[in-house]
Amino acid sequence: MSDAVAATSTTEKLTTADGKPLKAALARSQARNRRRAFYLVMPLLLFVVVTFLIPIGQMLSMSVTNTGFYSWKDRDTGETVPLMVELREWFDANPAGTEPDEAAYAALRAGLAHARETKSIGQIGTRINYEVSGTRSMFTSTARKAERMEPPFKEAILDADDEWADPKLWAAMRNASKSVTLDFYLAALDRTRDADGNIVKVEEERAVYVLLFQRTLILSALITFLTLVLGFPIAHLLATLPLSKSNLLMIFVLLPFWTSLLVRTTSWIVLLQSQGVVNDIGVAAGLIADENRIQMIYNQTGTIIAMTHILLPFMVLPLYSVMRPIDPSYVRAARSLGATSWTAFRRVYMPQTVPGIGAGGLLVFILAVGYYITPALVGGSSGQLISNLIAFHMQKSLNWSLAAALASLLLAGVLLLYWLYDRLVGIDNLKLG
Amino acid sequence: MALPTYASPLEKIWHYAYLVICGLIFLFLIAPILIVIPLSFNAEPYFTFTEKMLSFDPTGYSTRWYDMLLTFGMVDPEAARDGSWWADAWANAAWINAAKNSVIIGFFSTVLATCLGTLAALGLSRPEMPFRRTIMAVLISPMIVPIIITATGLFFFYSATGLANTYIGIIMAHATLGIPFVIITVTATLVGFDHSLTRAAASLGADPTTTFFKITMPLILPGVISGALFAFVTSFDEVVVVLFVAAHDQQTIPRQMWNGIREQISPAILSVATILVVISIALLTTVELLRRRSERLRGVSPS
Amino acid sequence: MKKTLILTTALTAMAFGASAQEITVMSWGGAYGKSQIEAYHKPFTDKTGIKVVSVDADNPATPIKAQVEAGNVTIDVADVEYADAVRLCDEGLLEEIDPSILPDGADGTPAMDDFLPGAVTDCLVTTIVFSTIFAYDSSVFADNPPTTIADFFDLETYPGKRGLRKGAKANLEMALMADGVAPEEVYDMLETDEGVDRAFDKLETIKDSVVWWEAGAQPPQLLADGEVAMTTAYNGRIFNAAVGEGQPFVTIFDGQVYEYDGYVIPKGAPNLEAALDFVVFATETEQLAEQAKWISYGPARKSSGPLVGLYQDGKTEMGPHMPTAAENLQKALPSNFEFWADRDTELNERFNAWLAG
Repeated sequence: MSDAVAATSTTEKLTTADGKPLKAALARSQARNRRRAFYLVMPLLLFVVVTFLIPIGQMLSMSVTNTGFYSWKDRDTGETVPLMVELREWFDANPAGTEPDEAAYAALRAGLAHARETKSIGQIGTRINYEVSGTRSMFTSTARKAERMEPPFKEAILDADDEWADPKLWAAMRNASKSVTLDFYLAALDRTRDADGNIVKVEEERAVYVLLFQRTLILSALITFLTLVLGFPIAHLLATLPLSKSNLLMIFVLLPFWTSLLVRTTSWIVLLQSQGVVNDIGVAAGLIADENRIQMIYNQTGTIIAMTHILLPFMVLPLYSVMRPIDPSYVRAARSLGATSWTAFRRVYMPQTVPGIGAGGLLVFILAVGYYITPALVGGSSGQLISNLIAFHMQKSLNWSLAAALASLLLAGVLLLYWLYDRLVGIDNLKLG
Repeated sequence: MALPTYASPLEKIWHYAYLVICGLIFLFLIAPILIVIPLSFNAEPYFTFTEKMLSFDPTGYSTRWYDMLLTFGMVDPEAARDGSWWADAWANAAWINAAKNSVIIGFFSTVLATCLGTLAALGLSRPEMPFRRTIMAVLISPMIVPIIITATGLFFFYSATGLANTYIGIIMAHATLGIPFVIITVTATLVGFDHSLTRAAASLGADPTTTFFKITMPLILPGVISGALFAFVTSFDEVVVVLFVAAHDQQTIPRQMWNGIREQISPAILSVATILVVISIALLTTVELLRRRSERLRGVSPS
Repeated sequence: MKKTLILTTALTAMAFGASAQEITVMSWGGAYGKSQIEAYHKPFTDKTGIKVVSVDADNPATPIKAQVEAGNVTIDVADVEYADAVRLCDEGLLEEIDPSILPDGADGTPAMDDFLPGAVTDCLVTTIVFSTIFAYDSSVFADNPPTTIADFFDLETYPGKRGLRKGAKANLEMALMADGVAPEEVYDMLETDEGVDRAFDKLETIKDSVVWWEAGAQPPQLLADGEVAMTTAYNGRIFNAAVGEGQPFVTIFDGQVYEYDGYVIPKGAPNLEAALDFVVFATETEQLAEQAKWISYGPARKSSGPLVGLYQDGKTEMGPHMPTAAENLQKALPSNFEFWADRDTELNERFNAWLAG
């Protein structure tokens, strides 16, 4: 199109019937077409922005929000009250690692008394307790006495609980005193800050997130590989059979695709549990002793089997759509030129299926990385993925900032893969059934 | 895939082994789905085949779990099965209420997703659409983003805006999740769309609205319907968003199943599963018929 | 079009049909939920006309906190464990309940003397004493049945899967008691790093044989399905499965961890007045005694004790099945709420890391 426009500009000026320059008229009409196309998309785009992008953005912003020690929303009046104002000023005035002096303790006392008054002390204690465990009740009990304390406050506070001198505690309070922080990302990567503010690894027995990210990646890769191993032969069979037969066999792939995820997960529980069908058959056939039934579910095995089954159609369908148009005469030609059937397959057929392998593999991997329901139901403890941990912090431990930090890391990974998918395969080529 | 006549014995063995392997993989795909059907008629509360079932003794089979789907949650399940019993079941049975919720939410989210999605697909398939690739990527992303992230985001957003615990909130969320499917299927139909048809209509004096309803719509209808079915299934199967943003009385079938699987997996779950499998067979058949019709209309004839 | 109209109407009716005369009570479901419906909800509706909607959760304390913090409270009353109630109250997530609204006991004892010591706090009115115990299937261990908490961790003498609650609370205490620590020393030991390590080491010995449960209704189901040979559980659930449904389950009170549990009202409950009425009604002497007829949890009022008689089957004496019966308290540990209010986050974090590793 742009060539045509360029061509007209070099020749003499053409005009439309009503005397306007053709170039301008064409540009206007193109702009109108662009606008028209855009208006068609706009309602949906707005809808998706409101129901999807804004909520996710808002949630991700929680990963840097650090208000537990900073401000308190009074649930009766709806007002937001700043907390620990004096202590935050002291932190601003003194660099990290400064020995807390009398002024610091006075500021702490004022903050505690204020927190007791506003009933925000529980929130403050909980926030610091995330970093230095066992300190929650120190906050509540010291705050109870704070109102009646007399100077010197350092002595008075240490009298209430000598743990207040702990430099780790002061470092934690310093970290918590900024309303925006990246510390939850550190926590999501099993890192923390020591008393001097340096980033260090957490104790080994508490490190879990990196392990979970690794496990998620490894299991997803394994599941992707398994779907490829299982999907390739049947996609090949479907692609080489005459259409009438392959359409019939296709039902075996499409029916699972259309069946509820929960139904398929239920089925695997029924099949794999220790009193289930597979173990029963094993026992009846004498392969398994009745008291040694194999534990195939509520562990990693369960997650792998169920997810491989559930994601298999997502591998078969792209493979099939790439394999179907491959001309069988290439393989025949290779054979007639003396290649063995294996060589013909490896050197001639396989390379032509690579786009399908890429498309299916990426799609399955992307979906597997974010899986939640199946691991939650059949994964036991060793088959949990990172999504389950996000749900745990969302619903059980209620450390929402940490959940948001984990979610952002997962989302970043998924979007990267999605971008890769778009570059390599193109979203337009996504096919369903 | 016929075996060539010049195949060596080794190749013949491999060929049959290959067919057996494929057969096993097909079995792996389909067996878990079919296994629940006979088990849902088990007379005993077990998840495995009893001896009576294996010997096809009719007393080993029963529809008691299907009956339980009706009676669970009723005020008076023991009463005589007359009009008031059915009224009781309709009003109070937990699974019936879940089904009602699922259908209502599924229906409205499908309508929403299909209307918005089809319009957008029409725009996206125009060559002059600006930022086509980026916008397409954004609109497909609800399918790619892990559901737990979407659900978490909606939980906070809906709590802040008062949409939590409302039907409208769930319907909007489910519509968002269904939209990628509508876009994909409708744009796929539009790829083979012959634009000279609309130009012909315009040159014969039809205005754009008439052209759309008389020419475009009938041709893309199969794609629209299968997109709508995908959107419906997505909503009908969705549990995570419901878990996060729905009120306690907005139980849907998958959420009821989720509770059942986690706490006490009774064969009643299997009877629900069986019903859902039957529904998915029906949907699959519909989509398959539509696809063939669409191919015929577009002149891409399957052999 | 007509169909759409009908559906829209139905939708509107369902969305806005909730009447004002209704409160939502969140509890733990299963047999325990049923006991509350029978003893509290139904009589309350009969008396006041206010409908009580029951909602279940694995542990109502967490959805309550999520709802209040997100500013989206739909629950009027919740049934939570003592330590959680203390923590939520400290964090300002619960309505305070004025103890003077609680009526005196049926025998005339003033309310605050009638309740067990500490049972009424700023935000909580205790209803029951419950306990985490372990139970086994007697058909599996017919010859040499387990008798002590140490047997639960003894995979050699008592082979088979174990069920444990997915969480640190009660598991760590039981592990230490099984390792020979006296109940009164358990929390002192858990305050130290070595003590926590020791508890986790003990759990490690059975880790590979554990099936983890989350909802209180799961353990009896796991036993019934033969998925586990022994499991920890809330004592009332096992009682109901054993006595109520005739399952061959035996409860071992040795090494039990018992705790208060009661009603709280989340901050911003939509029907505060009715919620208060409900809490007052449910914690009266008669209602508490009535609940103990449905499930073997001890009532929180002393005056309810003499009124507790037989289980609903009309022949089982409830007394010996209560966690607080003298013979069940020989090796028993009262759960330390201060410890758990403080250490819950840390220990669960460690527990999760241990579980995942």
